[in-house]
Amino acid sequence: MSEHTPLLSVRGLTKSFGDLHVLRGIDLDVPTGSVTVLCGPSGSGKTTALRCLNTLEVPEAGTVRIGDVAVDFSGRVDKRTATALRAQSGMVFQSHHLFPHMSVLQNVMEGPVVVQRRPREEVRADALELLDRVGLASKAEQFPFQLSGGQQQRVGIARALAIRPRIVLFDEPTSALDPELVGEVLQVMKDLAGDGWTMVVVTHEMRFAQQVADEVVFMDGGVVVERGAPAQVLGAPREERTQRFLRRLLDPI
Amino acid sequence: MEQGVDWALVRESLGPLLRGLVEGTIPLTAVTFVLGLALAVVVALMRLSGVRVVSAVARAYVSVVRGTPLLVQLFIVFYGLPSFGVTLDPWPAAVIAFSVNVAAYASEVVRAAILAVPRGQWEAAATIGMSRTTALRRVVLPQAARVAVPPLSNTLISLVKDTSLASTVLYTELFREAQQIAAPTFQFFTLYTVAAVYYWVVCLVLSFAQTRAEARLGRYVAA
Repeated sequence: MSEHTPLLSVRGLTKSFGDLHVLRGIDLDVPTGSVTVLCGPSGSGKTTALRCLNTLEVPEAGTVRIGDVAVDFSGRVDKRTATALRAQSGMVFQSHHLFPHMSVLQNVMEGPVVVQRRPREEVRADALELLDRVGLASKAEQFPFQLSGGQQQRVGIARALAIRPRIVLFDEPTSALDPELVGEVLQVMKDLAGDGWTMVVVTHEMRFAQQVADEVVFMDGGVVVERGAPAQVLGAPREERTQRFLRRLLDPI
Repeated sequence: MEQGVDWALVRESLGPLLRGLVEGTIPLTAVTFVLGLALAVVVALMRLSGVRVVSAVARAYVSVVRGTPLLVQLFIVFYGLPSFGVTLDPWPAAVIAFSVNVAAYASEVVRAAILAVPRGQWEAAATIGMSRTTALRRVVLPQAARVAVPPLSNTLISLVKDTSLASTVLYTELFREAQQIAAPTFQFFTLYTVAAVYYWVVCLVLSFAQTRAEARLGRYVAA
């Protein structure tokens, strides 16, 4: 694979729930170390597209390749391949989904120890470093319920990074947060982008997109309407649908 | 003939009845609860399975066992199976009948508790690479346990008292011991009351244990 080959490649992704066609052929290329922001109105398919990348949703057709694991969903997908694809990415959820019965540290260590069977002491050191990276080293022994929403989400990020994924997927990571807690989560994500993590982020935070994204992909009705550099897509959108969406976002009333 | 309470007989019977409790009632309760619970998890998972036949088998099992009296089930195993050449001693017969019975009730508790765990927990487990089995063991069942403790305590407390039915298949436990001492002396009131007090004490201890278990499993939940 040449260094110009994108880390993540998606072609012709299609998915419907019953009669509802959520994705109608999505293509996506994400180069190593870049940040891609997926945005669009509610129901545009952006979250479904993201969830297809790690088979939380199984697409009906299309291919997804991350690194050297490629899956063609048009045929029968065996479990081994799906698992291999899933192992390539880490996922941060809108409502964090931390394991409530485990301490913060256990949450972060769970994947590496139980699934990847790496030595506990090594994992512990890594996990503490990750918690430090998200500013929560002092909370390692707490239970999730003892943390604020922003802190919980930062633990969610540390847990996703702990499995050493090649790419990190964020599904509206700040949408469920109180407004004053959004900044601390976005700051962590910005720091990760600076560290060179490859990220795909579904978000409505346009300032984050402007500052951090390498590419913004605007989706509507299950297709990609417009894509490009944030300055272009958000600053001078060509498509009417993009313009309308941005107007409503900036001026909701 | 009125006799009232024969206190001397109460003192004499305390020892033998305690032996019936410790050697008969408690082992039968403990063994059948553990086996029943293990079977309950299997039945609950079958019931939740996407494979229709598997889920139908689980549904039928629960329906039949909950829909027939425990005493009849016990009699079928102990007195009925010999017609098919299967002759069981009282202990295995009681263990089988009670385990099968407990599992049917407990499986519904386990199923509800598993469903009470949010779907996001399964998804989060999957994204860190866990298989369904690992996710169940490490993430879902520990959380389901918290939900299941109060209703399972009910099941356990009922089971303690239901084991007295094992006396009808000649299994020696607390109640059968009381019957055997009472028969020659005609002190039914005295003996059965002592037995009742023993059952009640065991249930008190279990209620206390339930409170402890709830506190322990609830320590990760905001007050």
